Amino acid sequence: MTADVEIRAVEHRFESFTALQRIDLQIAAGEFVVLLGPSGCGKTTLLSLIGGFLTPSEGQILIGGRDMTHVGPKLRPTTTMFQDYALFPHMTLRDNVGFGLRMRGRARRDHDAKAMEMLDMVGLADKAGRKPHALSGGQRQRVALARALAVEPDVLLLDEPLGALDLKLRRQMQDELKAIQRRVGTTFVHVTHDQEEAMAIADRIVVMNGGRIEHCGTPEEVYLRPRTLFSAAFMGELNRLPVRPAGDGVDSPLGPLAVAPGAGILCLRPENVGLQGGFSLGPARLTEAAFFGAHHRCHFAPLAAPELRLVAHLPQGAHPEIGAEVELFGRDPVILTEAA
Amino acid sequence: MRILSWAYLALMFAFILLPVAVLVVFSFQDGRLPVPPFKGPTLEWYAKVLADRDLMAALGNSMLVALASSAVSVLLGFLAAAGFARARLPGSALLRGLIIAPMTVSYLIIGLGLLQAVNWIGLRPSLMATGIGHVVINLPLCFAILAASIGAPQQSALRAARDLGAGERQVLSLVLAPMIAPSLAAAFFLSFTFSWDEFIIAFLLTRFDVTLPVEIWSMLRSGLSPETNAVGALVFLVSVLVVVTLELLLFRKAAK
Repeated sequence: MTADVEIRAVEHRFESFTALQRIDLQIAAGEFVVLLGPSGCGKTTLLSLIGGFLTPSEGQILIGGRDMTHVGPKLRPTTTMFQDYALFPHMTLRDNVGFGLRMRGRARRDHDAKAMEMLDMVGLADKAGRKPHALSGGQRQRVALARALAVEPDVLLLDEPLGALDLKLRRQMQDELKAIQRRVGTTFVHVTHDQEEAMAIADRIVVMNGGRIEHCGTPEEVYLRPRTLFSAAFMGELNRLPVRPAGDGVDSPLGPLAVAPGAGILCLRPENVGLQGGFSLGPARLTEAAFFGAHHRCHFAPLAAPELRLVAHLPQGAHPEIGAEVELFGRDPVILTEAA
Repeated sequence: MRILSWAYLALMFAFILLPVAVLVVFSFQDGRLPVPPFKGPTLEWYAKVLADRDLMAALGNSMLVALASSAVSVLLGFLAAAGFARARLPGSALLRGLIIAPMTVSYLIIGLGLLQAVNWIGLRPSLMATGIGHVVINLPLCFAILAASIGAPQQSALRAARDLGAGERQVLSLVLAPMIAPSLAAAFFLSFTFSWDEFIIAFLLTRFDVTLPVEIWSMLRSGLSPETNAVGALVFLVSVLVVVTLELLLFRKAAK
Protein backbone atom coordinates (compact mmCIF):
# COMPACT_ATOMS: atom_id res chain seq x y z
CA MET A 1 0.00 0.00 0.00
CA THR A 2 1.50 3.25 -1.08
CA ALA A 3 0.45 6.59 -2.49
CA ASP A 4 1.93 9.84 -3.67
CA VAL A 5 1.50 13.10 -1.78
CA GLU A 6 1.07 16.49 -3.36
CA ILE A 7 1.31 19.72 -1.45
CA ARG A 8 -0.19 22.56 -3.47
CA ALA A 9 0.53 26.16 -2.45
CA VAL A 10 0.04 25.34 1.21
CA GLU A 11 0.33 28.17 3.67
CA HIS A 12 -0.19 27.82 7.40
CA ARG A 13 -0.51 30.51 10.01
CA PHE A 14 -0.69 30.23 13.78
CA GLU A 15 -2.42 33.45 14.79
CA SER A 16 0.12 36.08 13.72
CA PHE A 17 3.00 33.68 13.00
CA THR A 18 3.30 32.23 9.51
CA ALA A 19 4.74 28.73 9.94
CA LEU A 20 4.62 27.78 6.26
CA GLN A 21 4.78 30.14 3.32
CA ARG A 22 3.21 28.77 0.13
CA ILE A 23 4.90 25.41 0.00
CA ASP A 24 4.74 23.26 -3.11
CA LEU A 25 6.04 19.72 -2.85
CA GLN A 26 5.51 16.47 -4.70
CA ILE A 27 6.32 13.20 -3.02
CA ALA A 28 6.26 10.10 -5.21
CA ALA A 29 4.63 6.86 -4.10
CA GLY A 30 7.08 4.65 -2.26
CA GLU A 31 9.59 7.43 -1.75
CA PHE A 32 11.49 7.98 1.51
CA VAL A 33 11.46 11.73 1.98
CA VAL A 34 13.10 13.54 4.86
CA LEU A 35 12.01 17.02 5.92
CA LEU A 36 15.15 18.56 7.36
CA GLY A 37 15.66 21.86 9.08
CA PRO A 38 16.35 23.64 12.34
CA SER A 39 13.61 23.87 14.95
CA GLY A 40 10.93 26.33 13.99
CA CYS A 41 11.48 25.83 10.25
CA GLY A 42 7.97 24.45 9.72
CA LYS A 43 8.87 20.80 9.12
CA THR A 44 6.68 19.43 11.92
CA THR A 45 3.84 21.73 10.87
CA LEU A 46 4.07 20.33 7.35
CA LEU A 47 3.98 16.78 8.74
CA SER A 48 0.93 17.59 10.89
CA LEU A 49 -0.79 19.00 7.82
CA ILE A 50 -0.15 15.80 5.86
CA GLY A 51 -1.38 13.73 8.82
CA GLY A 52 -4.55 15.78 9.19
CA PHE A 53 -3.80 17.10 12.68
CA LEU A 54 -3.85 20.61 11.26
CA THR A 55 -5.84 22.15 8.42
CA PRO A 56 -3.84 24.52 6.22
CA SER A 57 -4.82 28.18 6.16
CA GLU A 58 -4.54 28.03 2.37
CA GLY A 59 -3.74 25.49 -0.31
CA GLN A 60 -4.47 21.83 -0.86
CA ILE A 61 -3.08 18.49 0.20
CA LEU A 62 -3.63 15.52 -2.08
CA ILE A 63 -2.85 11.95 -1.12
CA GLY A 64 -3.08 9.34 -3.86
CA GLY A 65 -4.68 11.99 -6.08
CA ARG A 66 -7.56 12.61 -3.65
CA ASP A 67 -8.05 15.96 -1.95
CA MET A 68 -7.49 15.37 1.78
CA THR A 69 -7.23 19.00 2.85
CA HIS A 70 -10.25 18.85 5.14
CA VAL A 71 -10.22 15.16 6.10
CA GLY A 72 -9.37 14.32 9.73
CA PRO A 73 -6.55 11.93 10.75
CA LYS A 74 -9.03 9.12 11.40
CA LEU A 75 -10.06 8.88 7.75
CA ARG A 76 -6.71 9.60 6.11
CA PRO A 77 -4.62 6.79 4.61
CA THR A 78 -1.76 8.03 6.79
CA THR A 79 -0.46 6.99 10.17
CA THR A 80 2.06 8.76 12.34
CA MET A 81 4.92 7.49 14.41
CA PHE A 82 5.17 10.05 17.19
CA GLN A 83 8.29 11.43 18.77
CA ASP A 84 7.28 10.14 22.22
CA TYR A 85 5.96 6.88 20.65
CA ALA A 86 2.51 7.45 22.23
CA LEU A 87 2.04 3.77 23.02
CA PHE A 88 -0.99 2.79 25.08
CA PRO A 89 0.53 1.92 28.48
CA HIS A 90 -2.38 -0.23 29.63
CA MET A 91 -2.30 -2.54 26.61
CA THR A 92 0.04 -5.38 25.73
CA LEU A 93 2.27 -4.97 22.71
CA ARG A 94 -0.08 -7.25 20.76
CA ASP A 95 -3.05 -5.04 21.59
CA ASN A 96 -1.09 -1.87 20.87
CA VAL A 97 -0.08 -3.07 17.44
CA GLY A 98 -3.51 -4.55 16.71
CA PHE A 99 -5.36 -1.38 17.82
CA GLY A 100 -5.68 0.17 14.36
CA LEU A 101 -7.16 -2.98 12.83
CA ARG A 102 -9.49 -3.39 15.80
CA MET A 103 -10.75 0.14 15.13
CA ARG A 104 -11.39 -0.91 11.55
CA GLY A 105 -13.75 -3.55 12.89
CA ARG A 106 -11.56 -6.56 12.12
CA ALA A 107 -12.09 -9.74 14.12
CA ARG A 108 -9.81 -10.38 17.07
CA ARG A 109 -8.19 -13.38 15.33
CA ASP A 110 -7.31 -11.20 12.31
CA HIS A 111 -5.80 -8.32 14.21
CA ASP A 112 -3.92 -10.59 16.58
CA ALA A 113 -2.39 -12.42 13.64
CA LYS A 114 -1.42 -9.19 11.90
CA ALA A 115 -0.03 -7.78 15.15
CA MET A 116 2.16 -10.84 15.60
CA GLU A 117 3.35 -10.55 12.01
CA MET A 118 4.30 -6.89 12.54
CA LEU A 119 5.97 -7.58 15.89
CA ASP A 120 7.91 -10.34 14.21
CA MET A 121 9.07 -7.88 11.55
CA VAL A 122 10.52 -5.59 14.19
CA GLY A 123 11.97 -8.51 16.17
CA LEU A 124 9.69 -8.32 19.21
CA ALA A 125 7.37 -11.29 18.66
CA ASP A 126 8.60 -12.92 21.88
CA LYS A 127 7.44 -9.91 23.92
CA ALA A 128 3.90 -9.69 22.50
CA GLY A 129 2.29 -10.19 25.91
CA ARG A 130 4.36 -7.52 27.67
CA LYS A 131 3.33 -3.98 28.33
CA PRO A 132 5.25 -0.96 27.00
CA HIS A 133 6.76 0.05 30.35
CA ALA A 134 8.74 -3.20 30.39
CA LEU A 135 10.60 -2.19 27.22
CA SER A 136 13.67 -0.11 26.45
CA GLY A 137 13.44 3.08 24.39
CA GLY A 138 14.56 1.37 21.20
CA GLN A 139 12.05 -1.43 21.66
CA ARG A 140 9.18 0.99 22.29
CA GLN A 141 10.17 2.70 19.14
CA ARG A 142 9.91 -0.51 17.17
CA VAL A 143 6.47 -1.17 18.65
CA ALA A 144 5.38 2.31 17.56
CA LEU A 145 6.62 1.55 14.06
CA ALA A 146 4.85 -1.82 14.00
CA ARG A 147 1.63 -0.23 15.24
CA ALA A 148 1.72 2.50 12.62
CA LEU A 149 2.44 0.02 9.81
CA ALA A 150 -0.09 -2.62 10.94
CA VAL A 151 -2.98 -0.76 9.33
CA GLU A 152 -1.07 -0.74 6.03
CA PRO A 153 -1.15 3.02 5.54
CA ASP A 154 -0.38 4.55 2.15
CA VAL A 155 1.86 7.08 3.80
CA LEU A 156 3.77 6.75 7.08
CA LEU A 157 4.67 9.99 8.83
CA LEU A 158 7.61 9.92 11.24
CA ASP A 159 7.95 12.83 13.65
CA GLU A 160 11.58 12.85 14.82
CA PRO A 161 11.17 9.24 15.95
CA LEU A 162 14.86 8.70 16.62
CA GLY A 163 15.39 11.88 18.64
CA ALA A 164 15.29 10.19 22.05
CA LEU A 165 17.70 7.35 21.22
CA ASP A 166 21.42 7.32 21.87
CA LEU A 167 23.74 7.68 18.91
CA LYS A 168 24.57 4.03 18.38
CA LEU A 169 20.97 2.89 18.58
CA ARG A 170 19.95 5.73 16.32
CA ARG A 171 22.35 4.62 13.59
CA GLN A 172 21.06 1.06 13.92
CA MET A 173 17.41 2.17 13.76
CA GLN A 174 18.15 4.28 10.69
CA ASP A 175 19.32 1.20 8.86
CA GLU A 176 16.30 -0.74 10.04
CA LEU A 177 13.87 1.98 9.04
CA LYS A 178 15.39 2.10 5.59
CA ALA A 179 15.24 -1.69 5.23
CA ILE A 180 11.62 -1.86 6.44
CA GLN A 181 10.63 0.96 4.11
CA ARG A 182 12.11 -0.92 1.15
CA ARG A 183 10.28 -4.03 2.21
CA VAL A 184 6.80 -2.58 2.71
CA GLY A 185 7.07 0.02 -0.07
CA THR A 186 5.00 2.57 1.84
CA THR A 187 5.73 6.24 1.28
CA PHE A 188 7.70 7.49 4.31
CA VAL A 189 7.82 11.15 5.27
CA HIS A 190 10.34 11.62 8.06
CA VAL A 191 11.08 14.77 10.02
CA THR A 192 14.47 15.42 11.60
CA HIS A 193 16.95 18.17 12.39
CA ASP A 194 19.91 15.81 12.11
CA GLN A 195 21.48 16.10 8.68
CA GLU A 196 23.48 12.91 9.04
CA GLU A 197 20.30 11.00 9.79
CA ALA A 198 18.68 12.62 6.75
CA MET A 199 21.53 11.56 4.48
CA ALA A 200 21.56 8.06 5.93
CA ILE A 201 17.94 7.25 5.15
CA ALA A 202 16.48 9.62 2.58
CA ASP A 203 15.78 9.05 -1.08
CA ARG A 204 15.19 12.76 -1.17
CA ILE A 205 15.89 15.51 1.35
CA VAL A 206 13.71 18.60 1.67
CA VAL A 207 15.73 21.29 3.42
CA MET A 208 13.45 23.79 5.11
CA ASN A 209 14.08 27.12 6.75
CA GLY A 210 11.79 29.87 7.97
CA GLY A 211 8.67 28.22 6.58
CA ARG A 212 10.09 27.75 3.09
CA ILE A 213 11.71 24.96 1.15
CA GLU A 214 15.34 25.87 0.58
CA HIS A 215 16.36 22.87 -1.45
CA CYS A 216 14.85 19.58 -2.42
CA GLY A 217 16.96 16.81 -3.87
CA THR A 218 18.85 13.58 -3.33
CA PRO A 219 21.36 13.57 -0.45
CA GLU A 220 24.19 13.90 -3.01
CA GLU A 221 22.58 16.91 -4.68
CA VAL A 222 21.79 18.65 -1.45
CA TYR A 223 25.25 18.07 -0.03
CA LEU A 224 27.41 18.55 -3.10
CA ARG A 225 25.41 21.04 -5.12
CA PRO A 226 23.39 23.03 -2.58
CA ARG A 227 21.07 25.58 -4.05
CA THR A 228 21.25 28.07 -1.21
CA LEU A 229 23.84 29.15 1.30
CA PHE A 230 21.51 28.03 4.09
CA SER A 231 21.19 24.47 2.87
CA ALA A 232 24.92 24.34 2.12
CA ALA A 233 25.73 25.36 5.69
CA PHE A 234 23.02 23.18 7.25
CA MET A 235 24.20 20.03 5.48
CA GLY A 236 27.72 20.29 6.82
CA GLU A 237 30.76 22.42 7.56
CA LEU A 238 31.80 25.01 4.99
CA ASN A 239 34.71 27.27 4.18
CA ARG A 240 33.31 30.51 2.83
CA LEU A 241 35.15 33.03 0.68
CA PRO A 242 33.49 36.13 -0.72
CA VAL A 243 34.32 36.33 -4.43
CA ARG A 244 33.59 38.47 -7.48
CA PRO A 245 34.25 37.77 -11.16
CA ALA A 246 37.64 38.82 -12.53
CA GLY A 247 38.58 37.81 -16.09
CA ASP A 248 38.46 34.04 -16.52
CA GLY A 249 38.34 33.43 -12.75
CA VAL A 250 37.30 35.17 -9.59
CA ASP A 251 38.90 37.57 -7.21
CA SER A 252 38.96 36.59 -3.53
CA PRO A 253 40.68 37.61 -0.30
CA LEU A 254 43.24 34.93 -1.15
CA GLY A 255 43.95 36.57 -4.50
CA PRO A 256 42.67 35.46 -7.93
CA LEU A 257 41.33 31.91 -8.04
CA ALA A 258 40.97 29.73 -11.14
CA VAL A 259 37.30 28.83 -10.87
CA ALA A 260 34.36 29.61 -13.18
CA PRO A 261 33.47 33.31 -12.74
CA GLY A 262 30.62 34.21 -10.41
CA ALA A 263 29.77 36.64 -7.64
CA GLY A 264 28.79 35.66 -4.11
CA ILE A 265 30.22 33.24 -1.59
CA LEU A 266 32.59 30.52 -2.68
CA CYS A 267 31.80 27.42 -0.62
CA LEU A 268 34.30 24.62 -0.07
CA ARG A 269 33.65 21.55 2.10
CA PRO A 270 36.62 20.73 4.40
CA GLU A 271 37.17 17.41 2.61
CA ASN A 272 37.55 19.35 -0.66
CA VAL A 273 40.45 21.38 0.65
CA GLY A 274 43.81 19.59 0.55
CA LEU A 275 47.38 19.37 -0.59
CA GLN A 276 46.36 18.63 -4.17
CA GLY A 277 43.25 19.30 -6.18
CA GLY A 278 41.64 21.27 -8.94
CA PHE A 279 42.73 24.82 -8.25
CA SER A 280 45.25 26.52 -6.02
CA LEU A 281 44.24 28.42 -2.93
CA GLY A 282 47.77 29.72 -2.50
CA PRO A 283 50.22 29.12 0.31
CA ALA A 284 48.96 28.72 3.86
CA ARG A 285 50.35 27.90 7.26
CA LEU A 286 49.00 25.06 9.44
CA THR A 287 47.93 26.52 12.77
CA GLU A 288 46.11 23.62 14.41
CA ALA A 289 45.47 19.96 13.76
CA ALA A 290 43.37 17.31 15.49
CA PHE A 291 43.02 13.61 14.77
CA PHE A 292 39.42 12.54 14.16
CA GLY A 293 39.95 8.89 13.36
CA ALA A 294 38.93 8.89 9.73
CA HIS A 295 40.77 12.15 9.02
CA HIS A 296 42.85 14.98 10.45
CA ARG A 297 40.97 18.20 10.90
CA CYS A 298 43.41 21.03 10.14
CA HIS A 299 43.14 24.79 10.41
CA PHE A 300 45.17 26.78 7.90
CA ALA A 301 45.91 30.49 7.85
CA PRO A 302 46.36 31.64 4.22
CA LEU A 303 49.46 33.81 3.86
CA ALA A 304 47.53 36.25 1.67
CA ALA A 305 44.90 36.77 4.35
CA PRO A 306 46.34 35.62 7.69
CA GLU A 307 43.19 36.53 9.63
CA LEU A 308 41.13 33.96 7.69
CA ARG A 309 40.99 30.30 8.63
CA LEU A 310 40.45 27.46 6.19
CA VAL A 311 39.36 24.10 7.58
CA ALA A 312 40.62 21.06 5.76
CA HIS A 313 40.14 17.36 6.35
CA LEU A 314 43.39 15.66 5.40
CA PRO A 315 43.82 11.89 5.03
CA GLN A 316 45.15 9.85 7.96
CA GLY A 317 48.85 10.29 8.64
CA ALA A 318 49.26 12.91 5.97
CA HIS A 319 49.36 16.26 7.62
CA PRO A 320 52.32 18.62 7.80
CA GLU A 321 53.93 19.91 11.01
CA ILE A 322 52.16 22.72 12.80
CA GLY A 323 53.59 26.00 11.57
CA ALA A 324 54.59 24.51 8.22
CA GLU A 325 53.75 26.41 5.06
CA VAL A 326 52.18 24.44 2.23
CA GLU A 327 50.22 25.19 -0.90
CA LEU A 328 46.52 24.42 -0.51
CA PHE A 329 44.22 23.28 -3.29
CA GLY A 330 40.45 23.19 -3.59
CA ARG A 331 38.01 20.94 -5.45
CA ASP A 332 34.33 21.11 -6.40
CA PRO A 333 33.71 24.76 -5.54
CA VAL A 334 30.16 26.09 -5.41
CA ILE A 335 29.42 29.81 -5.62
CA LEU A 336 26.17 30.88 -3.96
CA THR A 337 24.67 34.28 -3.41
CA GLU A 338 23.93 35.45 0.11
CA ALA A 339 20.17 35.66 -0.21
CA ALA A 340 18.59 33.11 -2.51
CA MET B 1 14.10 18.17 71.62
CA ARG B 2 13.28 14.62 70.60
CA ILE B 3 10.73 14.27 73.37
CA LEU B 4 9.22 17.60 72.43
CA SER B 5 8.71 16.54 68.81
CA TRP B 6 7.08 13.30 69.91
CA ALA B 7 4.87 15.19 72.32
CA TYR B 8 3.92 17.57 69.54
CA LEU B 9 3.04 14.62 67.31
CA ALA B 10 0.92 13.01 70.03
CA LEU B 11 -0.83 16.29 70.74
CA MET B 12 -1.58 16.85 67.09
CA PHE B 13 -3.10 13.40 66.67
CA ALA B 14 -5.08 13.83 69.88
CA PHE B 15 -6.44 17.12 68.55
CA ILE B 16 -7.47 15.55 65.27
CA LEU B 17 -8.73 12.22 66.55
CA LEU B 18 -10.08 12.87 70.03
CA PRO B 19 -13.60 13.91 68.95
CA VAL B 20 -13.96 10.79 66.83
CA ALA B 21 -12.47 8.60 69.54
CA VAL B 22 -14.88 9.99 72.11
CA LEU B 23 -17.77 9.43 69.74
CA VAL B 24 -16.81 5.83 69.11
CA VAL B 25 -16.03 5.04 72.78
CA PHE B 26 -19.36 6.35 74.07
CA SER B 27 -21.27 4.51 71.39
CA PHE B 28 -20.46 1.47 73.57
CA GLN B 29 -21.74 3.23 76.73
CA ASP B 30 -23.79 1.05 79.01
CA GLY B 31 -26.13 3.81 80.15
CA ARG B 32 -28.47 6.47 78.80
CA LEU B 33 -26.04 9.37 78.29
CA PRO B 34 -22.92 9.44 76.11
CA VAL B 35 -20.88 11.37 78.66
CA PRO B 36 -18.21 10.33 81.17
CA PRO B 37 -17.87 8.29 83.24
CA PHE B 38 -17.68 5.29 80.93
CA LYS B 39 -19.83 2.62 82.51
CA GLY B 40 -18.72 -0.39 80.59
CA PRO B 41 -19.16 -1.73 77.09
CA THR B 42 -22.39 -2.87 75.45
CA LEU B 43 -23.56 -3.43 71.88
CA GLU B 44 -27.11 -2.53 72.83
CA TRP B 45 -27.09 0.79 70.94
CA TYR B 46 -25.77 -0.79 67.78
CA ALA B 47 -28.54 -3.37 67.96
CA LYS B 48 -31.03 -0.58 68.38
CA VAL B 49 -29.62 1.37 65.45
CA LEU B 50 -29.65 -1.64 63.16
CA ALA B 51 -33.25 -2.36 64.17
CA ASP B 52 -34.35 1.26 63.55
CA ARG B 53 -36.23 1.23 60.25
CA ASP B 54 -36.05 5.00 59.70
CA LEU B 55 -32.32 5.02 60.25
CA MET B 56 -31.74 2.06 58.00
CA ALA B 57 -33.93 3.63 55.32
CA ALA B 58 -31.90 6.84 55.63
CA LEU B 59 -28.69 4.83 55.37
CA GLY B 60 -29.98 3.21 52.17
CA ASN B 61 -30.99 6.63 50.81
CA SER B 62 -27.57 8.07 51.57
CA MET B 63 -25.88 5.16 49.87
CA LEU B 64 -28.10 5.56 46.80
CA VAL B 65 -27.60 9.32 46.56
CA ALA B 66 -23.83 9.03 47.12
CA LEU B 67 -23.36 6.28 44.52
CA ALA B 68 -25.56 7.86 41.88
CA SER B 69 -24.36 11.44 42.30
CA SER B 70 -20.70 10.35 42.38
CA ALA B 71 -21.13 8.29 39.22
CA VAL B 72 -22.77 11.21 37.42
CA SER B 73 -20.14 13.68 38.70
CA VAL B 74 -17.28 11.47 37.54
CA LEU B 75 -18.87 10.89 34.14
CA LEU B 76 -19.56 14.60 33.52
CA GLY B 77 -16.16 15.62 34.91
CA PHE B 78 -14.46 13.04 32.69
CA LEU B 79 -16.24 14.25 29.56
CA ALA B 80 -15.44 17.88 30.34
CA ALA B 81 -11.77 17.12 31.05
CA ALA B 82 -11.52 15.06 27.86
CA GLY B 83 -13.08 17.91 25.90
CA PHE B 84 -10.57 20.43 27.21
CA ALA B 85 -7.75 18.01 26.44
CA ARG B 86 -8.86 17.69 22.84
CA ALA B 87 -9.49 21.23 21.70
CA ARG B 88 -8.00 24.55 22.65
CA LEU B 89 -11.05 26.79 22.59
CA PRO B 90 -10.89 30.55 22.75
CA GLY B 91 -11.30 31.33 26.43
CA SER B 92 -10.40 27.81 27.61
CA ALA B 93 -8.97 29.19 30.84
CA LEU B 94 -12.14 31.13 31.55
CA LEU B 95 -14.32 28.08 30.87
CA ARG B 96 -12.19 25.92 33.15
CA GLY B 97 -12.48 28.58 35.83
CA LEU B 98 -16.25 28.64 35.47
CA ILE B 99 -16.49 24.88 35.92
CA ILE B 100 -14.31 24.94 39.03
CA ALA B 101 -15.91 28.10 40.49
CA PRO B 102 -18.65 26.35 42.57
CA MET B 103 -15.86 24.85 44.71
CA THR B 104 -15.29 28.29 46.23
CA VAL B 105 -18.94 28.86 47.18
CA SER B 106 -20.23 27.60 50.55
CA TYR B 107 -22.62 24.65 50.53
CA LEU B 108 -25.21 26.77 52.29
CA ILE B 109 -25.28 29.31 49.46
CA ILE B 110 -25.35 26.59 46.83
CA GLY B 111 -28.13 24.87 48.79
CA LEU B 112 -30.21 28.06 48.87
CA GLY B 113 -29.72 28.58 45.16
CA LEU B 114 -30.63 24.97 44.45
CA LEU B 115 -33.74 25.19 46.59
CA GLN B 116 -35.01 28.12 44.58
CA ALA B 117 -33.96 26.65 41.24
CA VAL B 118 -35.56 23.30 42.06
CA ASN B 119 -38.81 25.03 43.06
CA TRP B 120 -38.71 27.14 39.94
CA ILE B 121 -38.46 24.15 37.58
CA GLY B 122 -41.19 22.40 39.57
CA LEU B 123 -39.11 19.60 41.05
CA ARG B 124 -40.19 18.68 44.58
CA PRO B 125 -37.61 18.34 47.38
CA SER B 126 -36.55 14.71 47.12
CA LEU B 127 -33.59 12.38 46.96
CA MET B 128 -33.37 13.20 43.25
CA ALA B 129 -33.07 16.91 44.03
CA THR B 130 -30.42 16.14 46.67
CA GLY B 131 -28.52 13.97 44.18
CA ILE B 132 -28.55 16.83 41.68
CA GLY B 133 -27.28 19.12 44.43
CA HIS B 134 -24.44 16.74 45.16
CA VAL B 135 -23.51 16.60 41.49
CA VAL B 136 -23.34 20.40 41.56
CA ILE B 137 -20.82 20.38 44.40
CA ASN B 138 -18.82 17.32 43.27
CA LEU B 139 -18.58 17.95 39.54
CA PRO B 140 -15.98 20.76 39.95
CA LEU B 141 -13.89 18.49 42.15
CA CYS B 142 -14.06 15.58 39.69
CA PHE B 143 -13.25 17.89 36.81
CA ALA B 144 -10.24 19.35 38.64
CA ILE B 145 -8.85 15.91 39.52
CA LEU B 146 -9.39 14.45 36.06
CA ALA B 147 -8.21 17.49 34.12
CA ALA B 148 -5.00 17.44 36.16
CA SER B 149 -4.44 13.78 35.30
CA ILE B 150 -4.57 14.36 31.55
CA GLY B 151 -1.09 15.49 30.62
CA ALA B 152 1.10 15.33 27.55
CA PRO B 153 1.43 11.51 27.49
CA GLN B 154 -2.34 11.08 27.58
CA GLN B 155 -2.91 13.69 24.91
CA SER B 156 -0.30 12.10 22.76
CA ALA B 157 -1.92 8.67 23.14
CA LEU B 158 -5.29 10.18 22.24
CA ARG B 159 -3.81 11.64 19.10
CA ALA B 160 -2.31 8.30 18.21
CA ALA B 161 -5.65 6.55 18.78
CA ARG B 162 -7.47 8.96 16.48
CA ASP B 163 -4.72 8.62 13.92
CA LEU B 164 -5.22 4.84 13.99
CA GLY B 165 -8.89 5.30 13.21
CA ALA B 166 -10.58 5.28 16.62
CA GLY B 167 -13.88 7.16 16.95
CA GLU B 168 -14.40 9.55 19.85
CA ARG B 169 -16.28 6.99 21.93
CA GLN B 170 -13.54 4.41 21.43
CA VAL B 171 -10.86 6.99 22.19
CA LEU B 172 -12.51 7.76 25.53
CA SER B 173 -13.43 4.24 26.58
CA LEU B 174 -10.47 2.24 25.27
CA VAL B 175 -7.62 4.69 25.72
CA LEU B 176 -8.30 7.66 27.98
CA ALA B 177 -10.39 6.01 30.70
CA PRO B 178 -8.00 3.07 31.28
CA MET B 179 -5.01 5.41 31.24
CA ILE B 180 -6.40 7.61 34.00
CA ALA B 181 -8.26 4.86 35.88
CA PRO B 182 -6.61 5.64 39.28
CA SER B 183 -7.74 9.27 39.00
CA LEU B 184 -11.23 8.19 38.04
CA ALA B 185 -11.33 6.02 41.16
CA ALA B 186 -9.97 8.84 43.32
CA ALA B 187 -12.57 11.27 41.98
CA PHE B 188 -15.34 8.75 42.53
CA PHE B 189 -14.40 7.90 46.12
CA LEU B 190 -13.83 11.52 47.12
CA SER B 191 -17.21 12.48 45.66
CA PHE B 192 -18.74 9.54 47.47
CA THR B 193 -17.42 10.64 50.88
CA PHE B 194 -18.45 14.25 50.33
CA SER B 195 -21.96 13.24 49.32
CA TRP B 196 -22.14 10.69 52.16
CA ASP B 197 -21.28 13.33 54.79
CA GLU B 198 -23.10 16.27 53.27
CA PHE B 199 -25.82 17.80 55.44
CA ILE B 200 -26.94 21.30 54.43
CA ILE B 201 -27.94 20.62 50.84
CA ALA B 202 -29.61 17.35 51.83
CA PHE B 203 -31.41 19.13 54.64
CA LEU B 204 -32.75 21.82 52.31
CA LEU B 205 -33.64 19.53 49.43
CA THR B 206 -35.23 16.49 51.09
CA ARG B 207 -38.62 16.18 52.70
CA PHE B 208 -39.98 12.68 53.36
CA ASP B 209 -37.11 10.45 52.29
CA VAL B 210 -34.05 11.83 54.01
CA THR B 211 -30.35 11.00 53.96
CA LEU B 212 -28.47 9.77 57.00
CA PRO B 213 -26.97 13.11 58.15
CA VAL B 214 -30.45 14.66 58.09
CA GLU B 215 -31.87 11.73 60.06
CA ILE B 216 -29.08 12.03 62.61
CA TRP B 217 -29.79 15.71 62.96
CA SER B 218 -33.44 15.03 63.72
CA MET B 219 -32.38 12.43 66.32
CA LEU B 220 -30.08 15.01 67.93
CA ARG B 221 -33.01 17.36 68.40
CA SER B 222 -34.44 14.99 70.98
CA GLY B 223 -31.19 15.09 72.94
CA LEU B 224 -27.92 13.18 73.16
CA SER B 225 -28.00 9.41 73.35
CA PRO B 226 -25.40 6.69 72.80
CA GLU B 227 -27.62 5.70 69.87
CA THR B 228 -26.57 8.81 67.92
CA ASN B 229 -22.98 7.94 68.75
CA ALA B 230 -23.49 4.47 67.33
CA VAL B 231 -24.91 5.90 64.09
CA GLY B 232 -22.06 8.35 63.93
CA ALA B 233 -19.56 5.55 64.41
CA LEU B 234 -21.16 3.60 61.56
CA VAL B 235 -21.05 6.63 59.25
CA PHE B 236 -17.43 7.15 60.23
CA LEU B 237 -16.67 3.51 59.50
CA VAL B 238 -18.03 3.79 55.96
CA SER B 239 -15.99 6.96 55.36
CA VAL B 240 -12.86 5.26 56.69
CA LEU B 241 -13.41 2.28 54.42
CA VAL B 242 -13.78 4.57 51.41
CA VAL B 243 -10.69 6.59 52.30
CA VAL B 244 -8.61 3.45 52.87
CA THR B 245 -9.69 2.05 49.50
CA LEU B 246 -8.73 5.34 47.91
CA GLU B 247 -5.34 5.40 49.62
CA LEU B 248 -4.64 1.85 48.49
CA LEU B 249 -5.53 2.72 44.91
CA LEU B 250 -3.38 5.84 44.91
CA PHE B 251 -0.48 4.16 46.66
CA ARG B 252 -0.62 1.35 44.16
CA LYS B 253 -0.40 3.92 41.40
CA ALA B 254 2.51 5.70 43.08
CA ALA B 255 4.37 2.42 43.52
CA LYS B 256 4.18 1.61 39.80
